Amino acid sequence: MDLGILSSGFFQNALMAAVLSSVACGIIGSYVVVKRMVAVSGGISHAAFGGVGIGYLLSVDPFGSALAFTSLVGLGIGIMREKAHQEIDTLIGAVWAAGMALGVVCISLAPGYAPDLFSYLFGNILLVPSQDIPLMAIFSLIVVLVVVFLYVPLQAVTFDEEYARVMNLPVSGLSLLLLLMVALTVVMLIRIVGIILVIALLTLPAATVRSYVSRLPEMMVASVALSLVLSLGGLFLSYAWNIPSGATIILLATLVYGVSLALSRLPISGGGGGGTGSGRS
Amino acid sequence: MLKIILGLYAPSSGTVRIWGEPPWKGRERIGYVPQFRTFDFSYPITVREMVLSGRLSRICGAWKRFTTADRRAVEEVLERLALAPLADRPIASLSGGEQQRAILARALVGKPDILLLDEPTVFIDAPTEVQFFDLLDDLRESLTILLVSHDIGVISRRVTRVACLNRTLHTHDTPEITEDMLEATYHCPVDLIAHGLPHRVLKHPWEGGGR
Repeated sequence: MDLGILSSGFFQNALMAAVLSSVACGIIGSYVVVKRMVAVSGGISHAAFGGVGIGYLLSVDPFGSALAFTSLVGLGIGIMREKAHQEIDTLIGAVWAAGMALGVVCISLAPGYAPDLFSYLFGNILLVPSQDIPLMAIFSLIVVLVVVFLYVPLQAVTFDEEYARVMNLPVSGLSLLLLLMVALTVVMLIRIVGIILVIALLTLPAATVRSYVSRLPEMMVASVALSLVLSLGGLFLSYAWNIPSGATIILLATLVYGVSLALSRLPISGGGGGGTGSGRS
Repeated sequence: MLKIILGLYAPSSGTVRIWGEPPWKGRERIGYVPQFRTFDFSYPITVREMVLSGRLSRICGAWKRFTTADRRAVEEVLERLALAPLADRPIASLSGGEQQRAILARALVGKPDILLLDEPTVFIDAPTEVQFFDLLDDLRESLTILLVSHDIGVISRRVTRVACLNRTLHTHDTPEITEDMLEATYHCPVDLIAHGLPHRVLKHPWEGGGR
């Protein structure tokens, strides 16, 4: 492999994007896995396509409109669940398909044609523009700061929502905040792996490390590290073999998850599955 | 019923007052043991962290920083419920009885005046259940305990007052659960079985066994 690529501008952007998105991905992915928000996150990420379409129609930056739209969708899901007592499954199904449909309609109405639709759907980490890097840094910083300062209430809400209510925590507000952070992270990850594959990158690292940790902060740190390894590993493999980066990252993540699952089920790991054994320090 | 007292559900008629306060205020003085497994036991959280979350209603400020007093209260209640050796273990690695004690510890760590228990022994085995009720007997000295159960035979030895609920609430200042009380509640004749002994196996004439 020609390592001269390491010094090229677009490759450095890709590395920075991988590092920054892994931070948000590992932290928020941990919440998504333990709070069982995987389907909601999938709905939010597919709704992002509607936001991209609106961006094309209004001739504004598609990522800006995607961020605004996914945030609104995240809040909408949270509020509908609370106020309208709708089944969360139904809401997710509606948002999932309607978001994609809205995107298709908007793009067909937009003047000209959309050349890089494929990269919105399946991502391309090598196409991250320089001006996006500071923005990604700010998003990651927001996620880190919110989680550091609100660690205790967020843990209470994700662990036992009913009890958090009895403890007089602002449960609705915290749940909406969590959905907003999911929306923020999803939009960042779309650059890396695309709308359709986001859900796997958000959940697989956290799900993989889950059986090896006993506390939420450990889970977050471990899944940030694993996300980073997977993003960089996928990036190098895709370059070496000249295959799409987003799909490579996801296949690598799935492979690691599968192998880890198989290893933790083996009798040599202590007999009880990694989950119970690892915490007895 | 307990969730209405706690203000988690609004009553369809009437109001709830706890020492004259609305539920959201009064529940600060209530310890709550929900029905077993209302949350995910595979959540990566240690026993100590989980018990600590029972202090949250006493803490002001959005960040919810725990103080030394909170941590001391946690150590005391862990010691009292024999959970101290398990404090740093993830809750997923505990046995059913240990998990139930951890839930009780979370309810007690806020030093409540009332303890509400919702079917606390549904998911634990009989010997653990006896231990659990022994624990509640010890606590009786220091606080009021309100326990909801469908298992009237087992609890009747332990309680001091009985309230039967089926649309109307019938309260009785006696630990005895009699047929009259149940008939008043269910509006139909009731055969009372397995009363007076902690455990008894009844044989049906046409079946092998059953309780």
